[in-house]
Amino acid sequence: MDRKKEFMGGLASGVPIGLGYLSVSFGFGIKAVGAGLSPLTASVISLTNLTSAGQAAGVDIIAAGGTLIEMILVQLMINLRYSLMGLSLSQKLDKSFTAAHRLAASYGITDEIFAVCSARREKLTPAFMYGVILISTLGWVSGTVMGAAAGQLLPAAVSAPMGIVLYGMFLAIIVPPSKKEKSVLFVVITAAVLSVILRYILTFISEGFAIMICAAAASAAGAALFPVSDSEEGGE
Amino acid sequence: MTLALYIAAMAGVTYLIRMLPFTFFRKKIKSRYIRSFLHYIPYAVLSAMTIPAIFYSTGSSVTAIVGTGAALVLAFLEMPLIVVALAASAAAFIVGLIMTHI
Repeated sequence: MDRKKEFMGGLASGVPIGLGYLSVSFGFGIKAVGAGLSPLTASVISLTNLTSAGQAAGVDIIAAGGTLIEMILVQLMINLRYSLMGLSLSQKLDKSFTAAHRLAASYGITDEIFAVCSARREKLTPAFMYGVILISTLGWVSGTVMGAAAGQLLPAAVSAPMGIVLYGMFLAIIVPPSKKEKSVLFVVITAAVLSVILRYILTFISEGFAIMICAAAASAAGAALFPVSDSEEGGE
Repeated sequence: MTLALYIAAMAGVTYLIRMLPFTFFRKKIKSRYIRSFLHYIPYAVLSAMTIPAIFYSTGSSVTAIVGTGAALVLAFLEMPLIVVALAASAAAFIVGLIMTHI
């Protein structure tokens, strides 16, 4: 396996993530400074956490003077979905993924990086994952710095449409397989319907938790109705 | 000092959640049901994250719907991820410009 090629492939796959992160974390930077944190603190949070909903909730807790226990529980609940993603990715790792690489690469398991990694047909290599993580983190941290330092650097006419970049990428990942396999289409539609129900009716459930419930329920239904054969598995 | 403690707690919990299953789960899962479940998880997660949040992603439901439409068409035509992602944003941007100038 050519490591340099894998790394470059990761960087290329990470470009839409980096761009999307830039715009999302710009908003986080503005929010953090508004909550009384310095630009440096905001950037340190972005670099060490690399997650949107968790960071936003964390800043809320810091600003409200919440307890450490509250911080831990909220992070656990919002970010628990990453453990499901880590489990899913663990099934398609290349042999070159040693324990040290796993410890390092797990830092970068986010919704978007997970999406790009699982959309890959080939086995997952450390070099590919590092490429995706590097460019994504770059976008995430520099967006935070810019948002915190300059506030309204970009006019809203430019920054607002950037909010859709990541979702556009998600659609590009789920639509083609939905077109080919009715099992995937079923799972995608089920998850979307559940998500709408949780968003508008069961509003007391937090966003991170809601995603986990929807994904688990839709996948459980899909697995019961359309169990995959061994040959199908490689082609996810 | 307290602030550092809070940030360390945030980062520590988030890292452990990511690291534990990814690092310590090493064997291939034998159960066909669980393998199927994990096969569908990525699609389900992305779908649940996208719907309905995409319609709120641009601060205007009109530009968001146009952007979503553009992304759906290009994704259906199996264009590369970056093309779909940027075209969605460009479509939302252009419609936003038109709306402010009418």
